[in-house]
Amino acid sequence: MTRLFNILLPLVLGLVFLAIWDGVVSARHIPPYVLPAPSAIAHALANNFPSLMASLLSTLIVTLEGFIAAWIAGVGLAIAFSQSRMVERALYPYAVVLQVTPVVAIAPLILIWVGFDHINAALALIAALVAFFPILSNTTQGLKSADFNLVDLMRLYGASRWQILRRLRLPTALPHLLGAMKIAGGLSLIGAVVAEFVAGSGTATGLAWRIVEAGNRLEIATLFAALLLLGLLGIAIFAAFSLLEWALLRRWHESALRQQL
Amino acid sequence: MTLLTLNNVGKRFDNGTEALAALNFSVAEGEFISLLGPSGCGKSTALRLIAGLIAPDSGDIAWAGARPELGFVFQEPTLMPWADAQTNARLPLDLKNLPRTDADVRAQAALARMGLKDFTGAFPRELSGGMKMRVSIARALAAGPRILLMDEPFAALDEPTREALNDDLLRLAREDRITVIFVTHSVMEASYLSDRVLVMSPRPGRIKSEITLPPGPRDRLSISFSEGLRRVTSALQEAA
Repeated sequence: MTRLFNILLPLVLGLVFLAIWDGVVSARHIPPYVLPAPSAIAHALANNFPSLMASLLSTLIVTLEGFIAAWIAGVGLAIAFSQSRMVERALYPYAVVLQVTPVVAIAPLILIWVGFDHINAALALIAALVAFFPILSNTTQGLKSADFNLVDLMRLYGASRWQILRRLRLPTALPHLLGAMKIAGGLSLIGAVVAEFVAGSGTATGLAWRIVEAGNRLEIATLFAALLLLGLLGIAIFAAFSLLEWALLRRWHESALRQQL
Repeated sequence: MTLLTLNNVGKRFDNGTEALAALNFSVAEGEFISLLGPSGCGKSTALRLIAGLIAPDSGDIAWAGARPELGFVFQEPTLMPWADAQTNARLPLDLKNLPRTDADVRAQAALARMGLKDFTGAFPRELSGGMKMRVSIARALAAGPRILLMDEPFAALDEPTREALNDDLLRLAREDRITVIFVTHSVMEASYLSDRVLVMSPRPGRIKSEITLPPGPRDRLSISFSEGLRRVTSALQEAA
């Protein structure tokens, strides 16, 4: 009962909001190039559905490529850090520099270096740069938080570094990594959007480019439709990683368990 | 037969604290000895030195022959929360790359001996404190150790649970003829379990006195047990 209520309440609120929006737009005769009514946005979505879906797919692919690259680099480097203090000391400051530099600022450079012929590779690289740091820092933290006594116990039984990494450090880091993946998934979408903005028209074909394009043509309803799809994509990415987290941690980790009394 | 001898073993930590000063004692094969002393007297350090987890700054630790298979039990159960009881108990065997089926059989047998036959698939968070400690001991037993090092393993448990675990430990150590070095700050526990109690002084730790208790089964209500308890208590008071 409460469950149904929890779903219905925000849904009803959302519908009320849309109704007010629609009412205000028609009552005040707000022109569609300033603020289109929700019904007009729905029309724009329906009319441009195939091309918007193609754009969605393009942005999704860039986001996923960026995410996967960030994951491989972040986890790989975190493992290297956990195995060698020297590697960590030498490289960590640069990882931080990368993090604090607004990647938007180097996006034009990346586009030039990678080239507009490989536009999707350039976009994915920018998305990866944005998503990389949370994965690196959380995984590094997780690999370090292995129980000292368990490390000692494994050494006592003659475990190799590899065995300690595989049987202890990686499972310990898993909840940290999964949390970072939820953040990084959203960040790589943001990275992809920013990259498409920077790339501009004529090259990129994703949703962010559609937003710029629709804005230039004052097709604000289409702009909103693309925005809606971007939002849904972000939700879908977050939900997918939350599901993965739940599936992997539900048996043992505090975060995935309900309190039992 | 002597299994292990500590000769003038000293240990100083990096922060300059002298944890142990000239520790001398030996342990016979099959013996159950307790290291008893106040918190911070270096009991745990002594155990970690014997395990080879840290190296002494002075003196030496001599084994009769090659160092035998060791088992170590910490104050906390120290289980892997993502693994069930059987996988936890199997850890030492997995690290030695034993075939999975053999390892499973041995882990199950060790859990059954600790009274956890029906809990092999349970995750640590589903088990009580006492049961977690039983898994921890089963893990140490699965490796078939000749010597078991235990660092205040039952300190965090309630009295009835602790007594039950004391009895089970004693029975298993006797059955397998395992040598046990047991660190505790409980006079009761030391007197009940041990053939010999080594009483340590506060930091820097050294052996202040040694009490040999009468052999054979113990009865917590008997006169001879209270007599042993009295001797250990007074030795501890003198050491402080």
